[in-house]
Amino acid sequence: MNALARSAPTLPTDVYFFATCLVDQFAPEAGFDAIRLLEREGIRVHFPPDQTCCGQPAYTSGYLDEARAVARRQLDLFPEPWPIVVPSGSCAGMMRHHYVELFAEDPPLLAKAAALAERVHELTNFLVDVVGFQHQDQGAACTVVLHTSCHARREMGSHLSSRALLDGLAQVTVATQARPEECCGFGGTFALRHPTISGAMVEDKLKALVDTGASQVVSADCGCLMNILGHAAHGDLQAGKAEPSMPGEHIASFLWRRTAGARS
Amino acid sequence: MKAAPLNHLPGAQFADRADAAVNDPALRTSFRGAMDFLQAKRLAQFPDAIELENLRREAEAIRRYSLSRLPELLEQLERKLTANGIVVHWAETPADANRIMLDIARRHSARLMIKGKSMVSEEVGFNHEMEAAGIEALESDMGEFIVQLAEEAPSHIIMPAIHKTKQQIAQLFEEKLPGVAYTENVDELIAIGRRVLRQKFAAADIGISGVNFLVAETGTLCLLENEGNGRMCTTVPRVHIAITGIEKVVEKLEHVPPLYTVLTRSATGQPVTTYLNLISGPRKSDELDGPDEVHLVLLDNGRSQAYHDEELRTTLQCIRCGACMNHCPVYTRIGGHAYGTTYPGPVGVIISPHLLGLAATHKLVTASSLCGACAEVCPVRIPIPRLLVRLRAESQAGAPTRHPIRGTGSAHSPWMSALWRGWALVYGRPAVYRLVSWLMSRLRLLTPRAQGAWTSCRTPMIPAPRRLRDLLAQRDAGERSSS
Amino acid sequence: MNARERIFARLRAAPVIPAAAPPVRVCEPRQEGAALVQQFADAMSAAHAEIHFTDQEAWPRLVLRLAADKRVASLLIGKGSKEGQRLIDLHPESPRLISYDRPIGEWKAELFAAVDAGFTAARCAIADTGSLVLWPDATEPRLLSLVPPIHFVLLDAATLQPSLRSVIASEDWGRGLPTNALLISGPSKTADIQQTLAYGAHGPKQLIVLVCLS
Repeated sequence: MNALARSAPTLPTDVYFFATCLVDQFAPEAGFDAIRLLEREGIRVHFPPDQTCCGQPAYTSGYLDEARAVARRQLDLFPEPWPIVVPSGSCAGMMRHHYVELFAEDPPLLAKAAALAERVHELTNFLVDVVGFQHQDQGAACTVVLHTSCHARREMGSHLSSRALLDGLAQVTVATQARPEECCGFGGTFALRHPTISGAMVEDKLKALVDTGASQVVSADCGCLMNILGHAAHGDLQAGKAEPSMPGEHIASFLWRRTAGARS
Repeated sequence: MKAAPLNHLPGAQFADRADAAVNDPALRTSFRGAMDFLQAKRLAQFPDAIELENLRREAEAIRRYSLSRLPELLEQLERKLTANGIVVHWAETPADANRIMLDIARRHSARLMIKGKSMVSEEVGFNHEMEAAGIEALESDMGEFIVQLAEEAPSHIIMPAIHKTKQQIAQLFEEKLPGVAYTENVDELIAIGRRVLRQKFAAADIGISGVNFLVAETGTLCLLENEGNGRMCTTVPRVHIAITGIEKVVEKLEHVPPLYTVLTRSATGQPVTTYLNLISGPRKSDELDGPDEVHLVLLDNGRSQAYHDEELRTTLQCIRCGACMNHCPVYTRIGGHAYGTTYPGPVGVIISPHLLGLAATHKLVTASSLCGACAEVCPVRIPIPRLLVRLRAESQAGAPTRHPIRGTGSAHSPWMSALWRGWALVYGRPAVYRLVSWLMSRLRLLTPRAQGAWTSCRTPMIPAPRRLRDLLAQRDAGERSSS
Repeated sequence: MNARERIFARLRAAPVIPAAAPPVRVCEPRQEGAALVQQFADAMSAAHAEIHFTDQEAWPRLVLRLAADKRVASLLIGKGSKEGQRLIDLHPESPRLISYDRPIGEWKAELFAAVDAGFTAARCAIADTGSLVLWPDATEPRLLSLVPPIHFVLLDAATLQPSLRSVIASEDWGRGLPTNALLISGPSKTADIQQTLAYGAHGPKQLIVLVCLS
């Protein structure tokens, strides 16, 4: 149970949607499906047009002034007291836990950051704890494997909510992978600074996913998906395979596809 | 034996060492197996998540409290130890520590020193220094003995020879120990080590040990171990020298059990070690064994730098259980030697900058995906990922920071700084971001297909033809026109 | 300034916010009587120690019988130990009883080479981790429990305590400790070769605990 579920158990009429830079630019369909999932519950979803990025890439790279400059711009985007839903556990974790560290030395901004942190929800947390997501699974029987990003797991507890959502789909079996809690090797600029180590990690992660025999991977984080699927596609290309050895999609798209019929 | 101390390899070549380790299938397999084993053992020791959290909070509170009173506790400790007959020495640097120990050795005309496990002795390059002075310093912990015989450094702080297979050890014993035949039988290998080292315990002039906890109120050195070599080193020779860091002190004896239990359970998944050895003085006149002299060398070596900063001070909470390395996906892939520092893995990466400076260690500080597995298992709740971010920021700083440390700014790159400033310019200005992201979508087919390290094993990242905001605008427009 | 003063000067210069003294939990769910003994025996057995239940009358003969079973030719006892005297009083033909009556420097080689087993009493013991508490002294020196390959320990079940925390609290260890205090929780062991457990690394291979029930 997250903070909002405790304080406001009723369904809010309005929420803000913070898409994250990756979703906006590289995986817009995941954001689009997340918004449709929320709207289907009768929630008005507001997309502040001035949103950019949570600042995490600079933060984890140790460029704190730059992270602050970008994070600072997000603090004023959400004037109404509505929940802020984020389709990424990693970015939600940044806003929930690290904004207060970034602005620790600046009391007025710290107050803003702390108030904002309280309202930040990772999408699957929100769907489970606040929405009480329950929709008929309309898809064919299939087996999927779930990958939860490290920050989603350790900072937001999203592995439990993602799993609960998948378990709610009658025709979907969730396969068990080896070492589900181990990092896929993405880590933002880590993948660029230490390509061999990161490469070894994603190689092992992909193998663990493939070994389950699942037909696809589902994740609530686009960063990990780009890493894992990018690695899978790279391997397929080298092996001359036409069919992807490990397809995958964001959990929002998967849920929408399974519970709303065909993509509109 | 060794040409140079093995306690520090150049940080600049970290990537080469890491690459070599990643591409060594035998090493990968042995670390993977060992880490899986240790993770499972630890997990079995903490079946109740709530109780685990209580234990961690308790241990953290003890360490934080002890550190908050560090100067007073060190004074109290010194007073008590001195009253108990233990001689206290203070060392600012590894050179100080070695000189102190060498002086003691010379005073006793020592030729052989037998050592219990001590990472601080590794930190100061003790064996190398003693050897240079013509004194044999022999490791007696089985793992350390193996590593010393192989002329290597430990690859793990708890299990020094974790990188070696029993076949390699069998071969090593056969080659290096006179009259020993090849055997892969672990009981036999241990029996060989026991036989060789028992002669040395009896012959040694001085015993060297580390310390797990120092107790200020009683003036006590607490040593944990399973093998009994630590007890041998601290009991059989006439002189015992313990060496440890200044951060190891706790106020009360009652603070030891909570730390002891999380240490052993986190480290190797044991409920308790075979021995807890509490030493509070040299042999009394009526006693028949135990050392006549006990010395304690307290080493700073950069610890006071970490101590100076509220955030970095948490580094000193560490009780050296090694759970962070056992759970680290990077350590699992590259092993301990690739780090090139005495302390490898996550905790090594946050400690080493204080011991060696950031100029020598900034590459290590970036070698983490910040996955947080280390902080999750740390029994004293050190926020390792946050410290890594801080150390990255320190090392890259282009201007003086609020609490600079040795090597602040040493990894500063004007080019990288400019890149990130450019990034902040785009993402910190909504209008610029909108323009740039729009251009990236429109020109997506011009996206470079070779994206440096990313595409070494992944397909390139290519922007979607339409951004989410475009999809939403398009939908809203459609709704407006249809209504 | 010397090294000590410079270190202290640096530490004192740090801006430190005092932390509250940690509340250390002492009272734990407490097992009583037989349950405590069972908990101790289970933990010790899990650590590969051999447990024998006996009583104040029978234990000396049990020691001799076990020593015979294990082909112990020489058994080291503390000089002037009253438990040791019980063994002497039996005038056993075997094992040969050796008294630890000289400083170690005078007979190191013999102790390391020619003693099969050592016998000590335990001061008390800890149930939750299965640990014996020994305070070696002039009567029962430190190496008695370390160098011989087999260690016999006599424990009075009445001295069992639930945990190390409770021993420290109830015996008020914080007031001061002897030169050496020990917790022993099994025979010497190591897993330094490929995580394979092996016993008798440097200390006793066998730990035999005789628990006297009242």
